[in-house]
Amino acid sequence: MEKKELTCINCPMGCQLTVTIDGKYITVTGNTCPRGEDYAKKEVTDPRRIVTSSVPVRGSETKRISVKTKTDIPKGKIFDVMEVIKKTTVNAPIEIGDVVCENVADTGVQLVATQRAK
Amino acid sequence: MYCRNVDIAIIGGGPAGLAAALAAREAGVQDVLILERDTKLGGILNQCIHNGFGLHTFKEELTGPEYAARFADRVIAEGIEYKLGTMVVDLSKDKTITAMNREDGMFTIKAKAVILAMGCRERPRGALGIPGFRPAGIFSAGTAQRFVNIEGIMPGKEVVILGSGDIGLIMARRMTLEGAKVKVVAELMPYSGGLKRNIVQCLNDYGIPLKLSHTVVDIKGKERVEGVTIAQVDAKNKPIPGTEEFYACDTLLLSCGLIPENELTTGAGIEMNPVTSGAVVDNSLETSIPGIYACGNVLHVHDLVDYVSEEAGNAGRNAAKFVLDAGREEAGSDPIIMKTGKGVRYTVPSKICREKVEKDVLVRFRVDNVYKDVKLGIFFDGELVRSVKKRTVAPGEMEELRIRKEELDKFPDVREITVGFAED
Ligand SMILES: Cc1cc2nc3c(=O)[nH]c(=O)nc-3n(C[C@H](O)[C@H](O)[C@H](O)COP(=O)(O)OP(=O)(O)OC[C@H]3O[C@@H](n4cnc5c(N)ncnc54)[C@H](O)[C@@H]3O)c2cc1C
Ligand code: SF4
Repeated sequence: MEKKELTCINCPMGCQLTVTIDGKYITVTGNTCPRGEDYAKKEVTDPRRIVTSSVPVRGSETKRISVKTKTDIPKGKIFDVMEVIKKTTVNAPIEIGDVVCENVADTGVQLVATQRAK
Repeated sequence: MYCRNVDIAIIGGGPAGLAAALAAREAGVQDVLILERDTKLGGILNQCIHNGFGLHTFKEELTGPEYAARFADRVIAEGIEYKLGTMVVDLSKDKTITAMNREDGMFTIKAKAVILAMGCRERPRGALGIPGFRPAGIFSAGTAQRFVNIEGIMPGKEVVILGSGDIGLIMARRMTLEGAKVKVVAELMPYSGGLKRNIVQCLNDYGIPLKLSHTVVDIKGKERVEGVTIAQVDAKNKPIPGTEEFYACDTLLLSCGLIPENELTTGAGIEMNPVTSGAVVDNSLETSIPGIYACGNVLHVHDLVDYVSEEAGNAGRNAAKFVLDAGREEAGSDPIIMKTGKGVRYTVPSKICREKVEKDVLVRFRVDNVYKDVKLGIFFDGELVRSVKKRTVAPGEMEELRIRKEELDKFPDVREITVGFAED
């Protein structure tokens, strides 16, 4: 049996979680809401993060726009995603939510714009 | 010089100004004008491109620009008037605003009500008292954030960060993702000034060490930063000899807190709270000048924009009420004074006017240290009325308590309400 102390990052409450891993069975205590339990289970089996950055824009007064992975991606792939982002340029006009890159770094997740450029 | 009249003038078009404008319009005031010095609505959120905004307001996790756009789009859809590139240079007691921009030059606005929503700025480095030269390569974390996120310029390759405020933590991750090596985050206090979640996902995720009770004692380099020396400090924040450690780096980021931008407020002679560096307000967020309200970071520094929007909505509604009830009766009785008890640094509001109590009164405050398993109590004239258990409280995380309307009604003669730790 293994015990791990985690801080839930899903909301600003930052609950202190205790995860007990007993073979296949994972129990979580310390969470205030169910999201904390989901987070802890994922964090010990398949930790994931949303990645945000910014990319240059062509054909607009706005020099750069911000982007994010639409959902979280495996933590181990953060730098692969960043490599793709660093090579990406977008063309104006672009709306919030527009897909900048499909399946970024083979994560199966889209990279989307979080700012607009006219 | 041209002059115009408006019902409600809002200074600042950040999240606070936008939410205040929407609420004022919803409460029935048509003539609302937002004055913003930047070329865009949304305030500082436009450069905060990370996720984690709006969980409370929209029940989904947005980035700063997305959160700002939701409010800005609604302001535009409502047809609320705003002037960009417009700097307010003066506010007077009689609610006359002097502003300037390229099209109109210098002009004045006479407002029936004014909402202060100017936000805050970073503490300047001069105030930090780091000895030695001032070589290139020292930036505030917010300036670095603008460079990297808006301009696409990396300030440096090897970074040391002084101060563990949220912007510093966010920038530690951001610079790491962009390929820089962040060597250490040093924090003077024995606890971090930032949110716990940011320590986990910005430092721990990338193996960046956080050194508490440490400060920068020396900066090496004449033209450009070549390295910094960090030392541990004692209980009086004095560096302990023999604990010095040298870190080679080309960049030093300072994340040492934010201060409300209140030149206009003090210029108008509004009463200030020395602890928050914001105005003294009552439960309607009205300042010492009737009809002038304050909300958001200009009132007290918030860590979460959701609370800014909520607070600003209240300011907007109350300002609308002030305009619609023109010539309302002045407060009859003396206000109830809010006091800080054990462990509490300040409260917003600073006073409660009974005439303005509609529902429960929300009190926001910060504690003065990290505490575990405490009871936060509300005391009416020294008597404990109610307490709430808390597993941990920290200066970096704003706390809140609600004083219930029934409690206020039950004690019609209470003069002072104190928020502070309660003994068992
Ligand atoms: C550099 C920085 C980074 C931050 N990063 C984060 C973060 O990562 N996460 C987080 O949750 N919070 C962050 N915050 C706090 C967050 O910005 C606030 O919660 C929120 O933006 C406050 O909203 P506001 O409207 O009160 O202030 P602001 O967003 O600062 O808006 C104030 C507006 O008023 C305008 N203004 C000021 N003075 C005048 C004048 N005289 N005339 C006309 N216009 C004027 C300014 O241009 C600005 O647009 C950060 C704050 C700063 C300063
Ligand atoms: S467990 Fe729920 S309440 Fe606690 S930090 Fe996580 S999401 Fe927030």
